[in-house]
Amino acid sequence: MIRFLTFRIGQAILVLWAATIVVFLLFFVGPGPNAVARTFAGRLATPARLAQIKHDLHLDQPIYLQYLHWVGNLLRGNLGYDYYKGQSVDSVVGSALPATASLVIGAAILWIGYGIISGTISAVWPRSFLDRGFTTAALVFYSIPTFVLGLSLIWVFAYKLSPVTQFFPFHGFVAITANPGQWFEYLILPWLTLAMVTAAGYTRLTRTSMLEVLGEDYIRTARSKGMPERRVIAVHGLRAGLTPVVTLAGLDIGTALGGVIITETLFGIPGLGWNIVQAINVQDLPVIMGIAIFAAAFVVVANLVVDILYAVIDPRVRL
Amino acid sequence: MSMIPDLTGGEETESAAAVAVEAREPVPAARKVIQGRSPWQLAWERLRKDRAAVIAAATIAAIVIMALMAPLIAAWIGHGPNQQFIDIGENANGGPVPPSSIFWLGTDSSGRDLFVRIVYGARVSLSVGVLATMISIALGVAFGLAAGYLGGVVDAVIARLIDVMLAVPFLVIAISVAEIWRPSFLLVILIVGLLSFTYPARIVRGQVISLKEKEYVQAARALGARPLRIMFVDLLPNVTAPIIVYASLLIPASIVLEATLSFLAVGIPPPTADWGQMISDASGYYQYGYWWYLLFPSLALVITTLAFNILGDSVRDALDPRGGGVYV
Repeated sequence: MIRFLTFRIGQAILVLWAATIVVFLLFFVGPGPNAVARTFAGRLATPARLAQIKHDLHLDQPIYLQYLHWVGNLLRGNLGYDYYKGQSVDSVVGSALPATASLVIGAAILWIGYGIISGTISAVWPRSFLDRGFTTAALVFYSIPTFVLGLSLIWVFAYKLSPVTQFFPFHGFVAITANPGQWFEYLILPWLTLAMVTAAGYTRLTRTSMLEVLGEDYIRTARSKGMPERRVIAVHGLRAGLTPVVTLAGLDIGTALGGVIITETLFGIPGLGWNIVQAINVQDLPVIMGIAIFAAAFVVVANLVVDILYAVIDPRVRL
Repeated sequence: MSMIPDLTGGEETESAAAVAVEAREPVPAARKVIQGRSPWQLAWERLRKDRAAVIAAATIAAIVIMALMAPLIAAWIGHGPNQQFIDIGENANGGPVPPSSIFWLGTDSSGRDLFVRIVYGARVSLSVGVLATMISIALGVAFGLAAGYLGGVVDAVIARLIDVMLAVPFLVIAISVAEIWRPSFLLVILIVGLLSFTYPARIVRGQVISLKEKEYVQAARALGARPLRIMFVDLLPNVTAPIIVYASLLIPASIVLEATLSFLAVGIPPPTADWGQMISDASGYYQYGYWWYLLFPSLALVITTLAFNILGDSVRDALDPRGGGVYV
């Protein structure tokens, strides 16, 4: 196990290091030092300020030293300084993370819950009316682009049904600490949007996996010794059938915590995805790079956690 | 074995069989009816019997014909895709006008015929969908074959490369690249194609790892075939089925990604008619009663991706009937 852990953690560090190189090359080396200094400084910077920034960022030094400085800062937890807004990227990320986390965690509860329930029902009664309904719904939601679904939900709930729903908020975000009721209200449509487009894959995966597991010999054994069907499915079926679902959930949540670009943009939620789009629009390099690396770290850590949990559950993985 | 006639049915065996028949006694009539069918023929027959697949294929054919005939349709209606009808295509406030006998699906915010623009938009969606899929499949096959067959260091490097591709938020990279370089048709195809080669690469790699231990590959190696020949001549034909399945599901995904880039204003630049762009424009109008502006481009996009996804699922079921058919 220790050998597996060291190997796997080493791999994760390697991937993260490669990610820093990709991001550095794309945003630092690609545009050249003068362009970088200018984008960092903003359009109104004086030549003296530019020279100062170039010196601060070590842009007057060789490329490998620039990279080392940047990575050194990253290692100390310093994502950079946002010259555009005059604050550290750490505080940009820090203020954006609660919004993204609220969106992702709420939606994840919905999509995992719906996916497991619908997938299990479909697998227990294959080709039934419910199975057809769930699989068709999965196919439809799988085919609808996120922004089309989001706009449709806004149209129906916030505009068409406004006499019933009165004012239905669909743009903006209220922190849970400020007003829990409003926090919930503002997040209903974003949660639904993100959950619906993601749930399709979970329905399909749960259905396939459960169908496979319910055909196994030990399920037949459990049934033949007279165990109630409900218990066969809930205890023996779900435990094995949900392993791939949990894996997928871990990876999806890890990716989503790095920012949900379309849903956040559509509903004006100031999370990581919204911030990065704003930063891209004004070419705010430190924020783009900071959030990109932060998101990459989330994905790598999620992968790592899932792999380690897998190795704990299934010892064959360690070989 | 000797009891069963050769069922492979190639030209040479046919003539050989004919000679054999002449020499021997006449074959009973019942036996002649049996015909050899390749797995591809079997899959094709299963697909033809699948009602959902036929409807989806017909829908896709209709969209393709529509895209090909876009200039003819525009000429027949008499409205160009970028022609602005400031007098009859806009209402008193300069907003879009609803569907009518002149503008079948209404107009957009610039007084252009929405139907003609949707027809032209199909050209962009389909060509990006198909070309980007070709790029990702080509890259995926090359990387997957190399990683699976060569193994060792090559495999490790490619596996880490794919990990990095999956870790770095590439939609972000795509948006920033499109923002830094000027967005163009070619750039969008490249971005969409490069973004999604990792999954076909993984699938091909997995298949190749199990196939490379088979006897026919060992035989090829024993005959002195070089790795490149084994990869492309011996292994590639045997991974075509999963590649076809994946390609048919990758096309709608690429269409959605292209539309998403356009929606985020980093796709194919205006005034080229593009569904994502139209939906993005409509998002500032539909609330004020201009429902057709959002509805019709969205429908075009969803019908296209849905048809491709249904067909892709059916192709998978037809090629691998053991799956039991997720969408019966």
